[in-house]
Amino acid sequence: MKPAPLKYIAATSLAHALALKAEHGDEANFLAGGQSLVPTMNFRLAQPAVLIDINPLSELSSVKRENGKTMRIGALTRYRLLERDPLVAETMPLMHEALPHIAHPQIRNRGTLGGNLAHADPASEMPAIVIALGGRLRAQSVNGERWIEARDFFIAPLTTALQTDEMLVEIELPTRAQGSGSCFMEIARRRGDFAMAGIAVTLNLRKGGLCTGLRIALCGAGETPVDASDAASGLIGQAVDEAAIEATSAAVQASIDPPRNMQASPEFQRHLVGVLVKRALRTALERCAP
Amino acid sequence: MSDTQHEIAVTVNGTRYERRAEARMLLSDFIRHELLLAGTHVGCEHGVCGACTILFDGHPVRSCLMLAAQANGHEITTVEGLAPSPDRLHPLQQAMHDKHGLQCGYCTPGILMTMSAFLAEHRAPDEAQVREALSGNLCRCTGYQHIVDAVLDAAEKMRDAKLREELP
Repeated sequence: MKPAPLKYIAATSLAHALALKAEHGDEANFLAGGQSLVPTMNFRLAQPAVLIDINPLSELSSVKRENGKTMRIGALTRYRLLERDPLVAETMPLMHEALPHIAHPQIRNRGTLGGNLAHADPASEMPAIVIALGGRLRAQSVNGERWIEARDFFIAPLTTALQTDEMLVEIELPTRAQGSGSCFMEIARRRGDFAMAGIAVTLNLRKGGLCTGLRIALCGAGETPVDASDAASGLIGQAVDEAAIEATSAAVQASIDPPRNMQASPEFQRHLVGVLVKRALRTALERCAP
Repeated sequence: MSDTQHEIAVTVNGTRYERRAEARMLLSDFIRHELLLAGTHVGCEHGVCGACTILFDGHPVRSCLMLAAQANGHEITTVEGLAPSPDRLHPLQQAMHDKHGLQCGYCTPGILMTMSAFLAEHRAPDEAQVREALSGNLCRCTGYQHIVDAVLDAAEKMRDAKLREELP
């Protein structure tokens, strides 16, 4: 239960960190909050030869309102900060609702949003949140930067679209739109455990109650966070009544293929997802008041 | 200084220490084996049990999920630094004693660090808040009830402003 021998380098600037990653490639890992990476190192499931500690890079920790419609969050921003930031609660109620579900207070004191997304655990909450919000992620390397849509970022379990030399440096998320409602829910065996299934929903309504937009993202329901927005798109243009909610739930259930895991069978996960779609849609609908 | 051996200067419980440690050494092992502060316990070593919780720059964290090298230049409080003086317990320590909040005691240092920080932030918590805050610390003896009683008891006593002022 101790990490294998490694080299530790505390980065002194973003440029320094990126240069080190370009030099060491796959042999190196960035160390952010370490709340997922260090346990896997203690188990020796991960044995990076080089750890590039980016914790000294305080410029990567910030929550900013870019304009009226966009928030920008530095990748090294700790959950502790996000949880306590009134701006997050006001502009991204979906994220605010999901944060307390992440592990335990001690983990949230250290864990970072960018580290969590780059780790890409399909059972984790934040990947589903950034997909449901329709966010995008900024990757940077010594050669430049690019934006990646959140829904294209997660490729496989613990695998992202980041290249070997890239670091996830910033997350851009839209603020809550007028007349929209959102909801995050999850079902875990114990508080703080990984969810057997979780859901993040954003719902937009037009005056008169017709659905004009719907995004659904699931955690713990597939090999990656699952973007079920296409499966649920039948609701768009419809009135969000009980029959439509039932139909959406069935459509999402039919679209997923949950892998067997230690806590729940695929059948049980499909059942949970069906229940969660209905509950979360009803709650998001109630919250749609302008 | 190489990349595998690091000079670490850290302030623990108000005392400055300078030590050399291997890059892969966990902070929990550094505190126990290099600083000889064995009050910080080590349970699961993968961030689940909470026994190794310390205050890192004032906030409770798992010391088994950090490297010793990361503590360079930072400030740590361990359970040894919790009591205001050698002959007086922290109100939470006293309450754990009064309310039978421990049996074997293995989880106790982690619980004291987590919940003393919680009490510093919450003057009048309710039981649900206490249980939520306690959720990251495992105790296999008590069933938690007496720990919850102790935290609520300490909260009440700490509302006495004078007592609060005397805390470190």
